[in-house]
Amino acid sequence: MNVSGYLNIFLALVFSPFLFGVINRTKAFFAGRHGQPIFQLYFDLGKLLRKGAVYSRTTTWIFRGGPIIGLAALLMATAIVPGGKNGAVIAFSGDVILFIYLLGLVRFFAVLAALDTGSSFEGMGASREVQFALFAEPAIFLALAVLARRTGQISLSGIYADLTFETWQIAAPVLALVAGTILIVFLAENARIPVDDPNTHLELTMIHEVMVLDHGGVDLGIILYASALKFWLLGSLFIGLVVPLRTGNAGLDAVVFLAGMTVLGIIVGAVESVMARVRLLKVPNLLLVALLLSVLALIFGMR
Amino acid sequence: MFLILAALALLLLSGLGALGLSAFSRKAACLAVAGIVLACLLGAVPVLRFFLNGQEVSFSLALHIPYAAFSVALDGLTAFFLLPILVLSALAAIYGLEYMESWVDKKSVGVSWFFFNLLIASMIVVVIARNAVLFLLAWEVMSVASYFLVTFEDERKEVQKAGMIYLAAMQMGTAFLLALFISLGQTSGSMNFDHFRDVSGHLASVIFVLAVIGFGVKAGFVPFHVWLPEAHPAAPSHVSALMSGVMIKMGIYGLMRILIFLGPPPVWWGGLLIAIGIVSGILGILFALAQQDLKRLLAYSSVENIGIIALGLGVGLLGMSAGIPIIAVLGWTGALWHVLNHACFKGLLFLGAGAVVHETGTREIDRLGGLLKKMPWTGGCFLTAAAAICGLPPLNGFIGEFLIYFAAFNGVAQESRVFLFSLGVMASLAMIGVLAVACFTKVFGTVFLGEPRTEYGLKAQEIKGLMLAPLLILAAGCAAIGVLSPLLVPIFSRVLPEVTGLSADIVQENLRRATGPMVFISASGAGIVLLGGMIAFFRRNLLKGRKVERSLTWDCGYAAPSPRMQYTASSFAQPLTGFFGALIRTRRQIVRPQGIFPKEASLATRTPDIFEQRFYRPVFERIYHAVLKLRFFQHGRLQFYILYILIALLALLIWKLK
Amino acid sequence: MSSGIDSVLMGIILMNLWLVATSRISACIKIVAFQGILVAFLPFVAHASSVTVETSLFVLATVALKGFIFPWLLFRALREANVRREVEPFIGYPVSMVFCVFIFLISMWLGARLPMPRPVFSALVVPVSFATILIGFFIIISRTKALTQVLGYLVIENGIYVFGMALLVEQPVLVELAILLDVFVAVFVMGIAIFHISREFDHIDTHHLSQLRDWTAPKEEVRP
Repeated sequence: MNVSGYLNIFLALVFSPFLFGVINRTKAFFAGRHGQPIFQLYFDLGKLLRKGAVYSRTTTWIFRGGPIIGLAALLMATAIVPGGKNGAVIAFSGDVILFIYLLGLVRFFAVLAALDTGSSFEGMGASREVQFALFAEPAIFLALAVLARRTGQISLSGIYADLTFETWQIAAPVLALVAGTILIVFLAENARIPVDDPNTHLELTMIHEVMVLDHGGVDLGIILYASALKFWLLGSLFIGLVVPLRTGNAGLDAVVFLAGMTVLGIIVGAVESVMARVRLLKVPNLLLVALLLSVLALIFGMR
Repeated sequence: MFLILAALALLLLSGLGALGLSAFSRKAACLAVAGIVLACLLGAVPVLRFFLNGQEVSFSLALHIPYAAFSVALDGLTAFFLLPILVLSALAAIYGLEYMESWVDKKSVGVSWFFFNLLIASMIVVVIARNAVLFLLAWEVMSVASYFLVTFEDERKEVQKAGMIYLAAMQMGTAFLLALFISLGQTSGSMNFDHFRDVSGHLASVIFVLAVIGFGVKAGFVPFHVWLPEAHPAAPSHVSALMSGVMIKMGIYGLMRILIFLGPPPVWWGGLLIAIGIVSGILGILFALAQQDLKRLLAYSSVENIGIIALGLGVGLLGMSAGIPIIAVLGWTGALWHVLNHACFKGLLFLGAGAVVHETGTREIDRLGGLLKKMPWTGGCFLTAAAAICGLPPLNGFIGEFLIYFAAFNGVAQESRVFLFSLGVMASLAMIGVLAVACFTKVFGTVFLGEPRTEYGLKAQEIKGLMLAPLLILAAGCAAIGVLSPLLVPIFSRVLPEVTGLSADIVQENLRRATGPMVFISASGAGIVLLGGMIAFFRRNLLKGRKVERSLTWDCGYAAPSPRMQYTASSFAQPLTGFFGALIRTRRQIVRPQGIFPKEASLATRTPDIFEQRFYRPVFERIYHAVLKLRFFQHGRLQFYILYILIALLALLIWKLK
Repeated sequence: MSSGIDSVLMGIILMNLWLVATSRISACIKIVAFQGILVAFLPFVAHASSVTVETSLFVLATVALKGFIFPWLLFRALREANVRREVEPFIGYPVSMVFCVFIFLISMWLGARLPMPRPVFSALVVPVSFATILIGFFIIISRTKALTQVLGYLVIENGIYVFGMALLVEQPVLVELAILLDVFVAVFVMGIAIFHISREFDHIDTHHLSQLRDWTAPKEEVRP
C-alpha cells in the first residue's frame, strides 16, 4: 500500500480550503485589518451545503452537471499529483499529460455550464477562460518537459521525487525559469491577481467568478471546493519544485510539504496585496511571458 | 478476399439498381442503403478475421491494359483503413435514408445514391489495390463520385463554385500522384506495388515530396486545404460525414503506403511532416474558431485533425530516422489511432450538424440556441463528440493525442534535434487542444445551450429513430474506443511492423509500454464516472426535501432579458480571433449607430480563407490572364480540332521513332 | 560549469526580454542600466579565483559608467526633451518578445558553430552575447524614439562586452576601454543631438527625421 500517496489525498482534501484562509489573513495583515477567521471557507462550504437551490429556466442538465464533472475530475487528479516528495497513489509514465487534460476537462464543463445560462456576463467570463488557457497550457507542458529532461522521468511522481538540492545546484537558472513559469500559470489558472481579482465587484472585469454567477447553494459549494482543490494541485507542482527538501520519512515530508503550501498561501496573499490586476487586454502578454520563460528554460537546458 | 470482392459487386449492383430506379426515389434509396449495409457487413468479415488471426489474403487478375492488373490484397494497413470505411459508410447511409427524405420529391435521389455507392466502392478499392494503375483509377473514381455528391444541390450558386474548386484541387493532386507513380514505376520496372521496394537516395526524397503534395491535397494539409471549407458545407450532411470522416483519410493512407516503399527516412522528412502538422493544426483550428457556418467550421476542424495526424506521422518518422523504436511506434500508433478517432467523432459531428440543419433550416451558428432542450439525444451525442475532439479524457480523442504526447515526452531526453521537434510537437498540440476547447465550447454553447436566438430553432424537434441510431452508435464508439483502449492495442501490433519496418517483437515490446498507461487512463476514466456519480448522489440527497425553485437567469439582476442579449459565438471567439488577427484577417463591416436616437447599426464579420485570398486567387488570376492569349486556338471549328489531334499524334510518333 | 555564471548570463537574457516588453522609457533606461551593472560584474563571476586590482578597478569603472553616468545622461535628455514617456514600437510587445526568444534560439545555433580560439568558460557566453547584440539591433530597428535607439546601442555594447569576455579571458581591458569610450562619446553626442532635435522639432520621434531627406514622394491618392 502506498501510504504516503493516500496521505497526499488526505492533505489535499482536508487542507485545500485552509489555504484560502491563509491568503485572506495575509491580505488582512497587509491592509492592517483583523480579517476573516482562517477557517472561513470551511464555514462557507458548510453553509452552502445546507441551502436549497434556484435554477434558471434557461438551464439544462449541463448547468447542474458541470460542477459535478469538474469536481470529479479534480478529485481524480488528486490521485495523480504528488505532494512534495511523497509520490501519488496513481503514477505512470505520461500521467503528466492526463493531469493537464483533466484540467482541460474541468475547463470544458465550467465553460459550458456558464454558457448554459444564456447570460452575457457568463458568456464573457467563459470566453476569457478559454482565451487565457491558450498560452498557459503549452507553458505548463513545456515547463514539465524541462523537468522531465532534467530528471529523466515521465511521471509526475517520478519527476518530483528526483528533484533534489543537487538538481538545483547543477541547474539553478533553468529550474528558476521553470518555477517562474509554473507560478504565473498557477496564478492565472486559479484566477488570482495579477490575472483576475477574486474580490472585484464589477462583473464585467471578472473571469472565474463571473462564470459561476448563477450557481448557488450546493452547486456553488461544489465549485468553491473544486477551485480550492485546483489551487492546491497546481500549487503543489510549484512547491514540489522550489522546496526540494527530502527527509526520508513520509510523515516528515508531508509536514514539510504542508509548510510549503502555507508559505505559498502567504506568497499569493502578499502578491495580491502589493500588486494590481493587469488590464484584461494585457493578460495574454503575461501568459506569453510564462510560455517564453519555459522556452528559455528549454534552450538553456538543451546542452 | 472473396467476401470483399462480393461486397464490391454488391455495392456496384445496388448502386446501378438505384440509378435504374431513379424514377422511384424512395425505392432507389432503400435499395442503395440495403446494398451498402449488407456490403459493409460482408466486407467486415475478412477485416475482423485478419485482426483476430493475422490472415493476409490477396487476389490477382491480369487485365488487358498495359501495366495494369487487378491485383488486390488485404494486409495490416489495408485492414486498418477498411475499418472506418465500412463502419462509417454503413452508418452514414442509414442516416442518409431519412436525411434525403426532404428531397425525395424534388430531385432524383437515385442518382445521388448511385454516386454514394460508387464512392464507397472506390474507397475500398483504393485501400486494397496493389497496382498503381488500379489505384489511380479508383482514386479518380473516388474524386469524381464525390464531386457529384458535393454538387447534389447544383441549383445553388455556391454549391457549383464549391464543386469546381473541389474538382480542380483533386485533379491537381492527381497530377502529382501520376508523376509519383511513374517515377516509382520507372525505377522498379513494374506498376505492381510489390515491386516497389526500398527506394532510396535522392529519388526517395523526390517521391516523398510528391506524395506529401499529391496525397496532402486529398488529406487537406495546409496550404492545400482550400477545397475542404468549400466542399463540406455544400454537400449533404451524410456525404460530408463520409468525406471528412474517411475520404480525406485516404490521403493519409496513400502517404503511409508510399512510406512503406521508401527506404529509411532522413530526419527532414519527419521535420517536414511535423511542420505541416503544426501549421495545419493551429491554422485549421483558428479558422474554425472564426467561422459562423456550422459545417464550414467542422471542415476547418478536419484540417486541424489532419494536422494532428501529420504530427503523429512526423514524430513516427523522426523516431525511425533517429533509430529510437519507442518514438517511432508511439508516433505511428498515435497517428493511426487518431485516424480511427477522427472518423468516429467527425462523422458524428457532421451527422449531428446535419440534424441541426435539417430541423432548423440554417447553418448560421449565431442564429441558433437552446436546442439541447428540443433535441436532447442529438445534443448529447454532439456533446460527446465535441468533448472527444477536444481530446478530453477518457474519450477516444485523448488516447490518440496521449500517444503522440507520450512519443514526444520520450523524445525529450534525446539529442537536440529530436528534442526540439518533440517540444514543438508538444507545445503546438497543447495549443491546438486549448483552441479546440474554445472552438467546440463555442459551437455547443451557442447552438445547444441558452435560448433560441432567432425564430429558426423554435420549431425544431428530435430527429427520428433511423436518423438518430447512427449518432448513438458513433457516440458509443467514441466512448468505447477511449475507455477500452488497452484492448485495442493488439490491432496496432498487426499494422505497425509493416509500416515501421520494425520486427514484430520490437513493436510489441514498445506497444506494451503504452498499454500500461492506457490501463491507468481507462481506470481514471472509470474513476471520474464513479466519483461523479457519487457527488451527484450526494448532491441529490442534500437537496431532497429542500426548496428547489426555477426562475429567470439572474444576469446580475437584469429583469427583462431577451434571447438576443445572449453572448454570440462571434463575440465568444473574438478575444482569440482578435489576438491572431494578423494571421486570420477577419473582415468586419460596421454600420455605426448615429445621432441621439440611432436607428440602424450593424456589425458583420467574415473570415475568408487567407490562402485562397492571398495565394490561390492571385496566382490563378495571373494564369487565367496568361492563358487568355491562347484563346485563338479555340474557335469552335471541328476541322481544326481534328487537325490538332493529328499534329499531336504525328509529333508523338516522330518523337518516338527518331 | 558553475551555476553562478549561467545565472548571470540568464539574467542578461531576461533583461533583454524585459526591455522589449516594457513600454515606459524611464523603465527601459533603468533596465539597461541594470543590465550594464550585471554585465560589468561578469569578470568577477567568471574568474572568481583570480581577481586582481586591475580587474576590480575596471569593473568599478564600468559599473560607474553604465550603471550611473549613462542613465543619468539619458534621464536628463528625457527630462529636457520633455517627450511622452511611452516607447511606441513599430512591432507590438508580444511579437517583439517572441522574436527575441527566436533570436536567442538562432544565437544558440550560431554559437555552437562558431570556432573559438580557446575553450570558453561557459558554452552560453557566445550565444548570449550574440543574442544581446542582435536584440540591440532589433530595438534600434523596431522602436521609433531616438532615445530608445540610444538604449539599443547600449544593449549592443553590453553584448560586445560579454563577447569580449569570451574572447580575451585575461586582457579584456584594452579592447573594452576602447569600445566603452566609443559608446560614451556616442551617448554624449546622441544626448546633445536629441536635445537639439527636440528643440527644433518639438519631439524626438525618428519618424519625423525623414522630413530632412531631399526627395519627397508624390502624394498618394487616398483610396476609399
